[in-house]
Amino acid sequence: MTATAAPFRAKRVLPGFTLSLGTTLLYLVLIVLIPIAALILKGAEIGPAAFWAIVSSERAVAAFRITLTAAAIATAFNAAYGLLMAWVLVRHDFPGKRILDALMDVPFALPTAVAGLSLTALFSANGWFGQVLHPAGIPVVYTIWGIALAMAFTSIPFVVRTVQPVLEDLDPSLEQAAETLGATPWQVFTRVVFPAILPAWLAGCTTAFARSLGEFGAIVFIAGNLPFETEIAALLAYIRLEEYDYNGAAAIALVLLGFALVLLIVSNILQSWAARHREATR
Amino acid sequence: MSITIAGMTKRFDRTEVLRGIDLDVADGELVALLGPSGSGKTTLLKIIAGLEWPDAGRLSVAGQDWLQLAARDRRIGFVFQHYALFPHMSVRDNIAFGLTVRPRADRPAKAQIAARADELMAFLQIDHLADRFPAQLSGGQRQRVALGRALAIKPRVLLLDEPFGALDAAIRRDLRRWLRGVHEATGSTTIFVTHDQEEAFELADRVVVMGQGRIEQIGHADQIHDHPATPFVARFMGATVELPVVLASGRAAAPGLDLTALPRRALPDGTARLFARPADIRAMPDPAGVWHVTSLASTGAELRLTATRADGAEAEAQMPRRGAPALTKGAPIALRVEAAAIFPDARRDTATPVLPLPKEIAR
Repeated sequence: MTATAAPFRAKRVLPGFTLSLGTTLLYLVLIVLIPIAALILKGAEIGPAAFWAIVSSERAVAAFRITLTAAAIATAFNAAYGLLMAWVLVRHDFPGKRILDALMDVPFALPTAVAGLSLTALFSANGWFGQVLHPAGIPVVYTIWGIALAMAFTSIPFVVRTVQPVLEDLDPSLEQAAETLGATPWQVFTRVVFPAILPAWLAGCTTAFARSLGEFGAIVFIAGNLPFETEIAALLAYIRLEEYDYNGAAAIALVLLGFALVLLIVSNILQSWAARHREATR
Repeated sequence: MSITIAGMTKRFDRTEVLRGIDLDVADGELVALLGPSGSGKTTLLKIIAGLEWPDAGRLSVAGQDWLQLAARDRRIGFVFQHYALFPHMSVRDNIAFGLTVRPRADRPAKAQIAARADELMAFLQIDHLADRFPAQLSGGQRQRVALGRALAIKPRVLLLDEPFGALDAAIRRDLRRWLRGVHEATGSTTIFVTHDQEEAFELADRVVVMGQGRIEQIGHADQIHDHPATPFVARFMGATVELPVVLASGRAAAPGLDLTALPRRALPDGTARLFARPADIRAMPDPAGVWHVTSLASTGAELRLTATRADGAEAEAQMPRRGAPALTKGAPIALRVEAAAIFPDARRDTATPVLPLPKEIAR
């Protein structure tokens, strides 16, 4: 009976499990895995000693330091601002809320070069913001602050968009329960709401940090790209490539790849940690 | 703590959720708010808790005006329908929460808080679950934790919103008995909301039947069952057969209906409506009967029958199958009503249309 019934089973939306899985896997291999493998092979060709010489060169170390510092500043800013933004979008109703919500995706959609250009125009000595900040002794353009600014701009949606759905799903009766038990609004936030969104928030910050490390287009316009001062790692890799120094480019790129992988793993661990108690909130 | 509610009204946008509620609850009493979805019972409970505010009316507890107090200052124990346990805290921490958030001045010492939590967990028979997280508990266990968390602050009033709504029947019955025991042990004034009559009647000292934002009747099980105060209560209590009758000197009459079993009533002459439970209606074959059987179904133990009259009136009867008269579809029958409530048509609320109620506005 089962044997004859099988052909009449309802079909899935996509034809054939094998075909759809095959297509996606092929795509993944061509677009993601092969380039990464090529990069790793390229790095392996160099040999450990040469690799180390490249990545520990003064200029490379400076570039990594600048990239990491700026990304840390940008992430710290986004952690606070993104949390607030998500809170405002979920917990408050106001005219134009949907527009603001949609605006949050602009950094995703906007070509990063366009973002870099407009930020440079705003913050340069004669730009709208620059003409105030510059005389006040806060130069933004061509400093690490400019780099951090560009990074913050392009990575803010990661924090907002990971915290927002978790906050939306938060059962309002949890807060009411805390209130009836005598908790002050601050205690309700710190003891009930924040622990619930903490994993998502950390995961969002981690992804934002990873994105900041890899940002290129927005930064090159505003950074000034002075070696040892405002030269980021991705740019250094690009310069090495322009100089036909494929090994140099690959080594630096590999270090960036390593950072990205570690952060990705951290982010995934955080997300599964977030899923840990999820069932109970239903 | 005794609770006094007077003239309370509340509307959400254009929906009137409470239309003038007056209710007194005595100290140590266990009261059920019973009603269908949309009757306003949960809203009333949330107003007492301070999670919702009325548009007008008074709420005083032990002589204190509670509308001047925020929820966190009322010291109430509220058990939510879906428990609302803090998912990132262990059972022990959930129960201790209300004590740990106290201002430092009147917060008990850590050891005292732990002792209180242990004592409650032992009392609620959940001490073996102390280190588990809510996600690892069954529905019944979560219910106990939620109650423990509410009791930890020694609440002046205990409020429960559909406390057994999310549990299956067997656990429900157990917990019901157990909650009654908890109430007797703690002696706290308790109000719970339910849409389940059996639950309300079995558990509560007094039942408050609510419908469409009003209190329809307050009383004990037998009173409400035998003498519904309004057509709404009659319907809600299962008197689903509704027939027009004519009253003359306290006796009701209608074509094809034997109403001699009903006592005389002090009601004005004129048209009226009769509300009866299908189980209180007997069907007998009668060649001259004006009712005709339109459907006949057996549940094994019981026989269910619907009958219509030429004027379109419809009645349902339910009787034990064993000993039931031989009935066939289409056969003429007579109906005898053993018990019923009668409301004269002149009364305004008999005209209350039986509309599907709007979905209850939770929160």
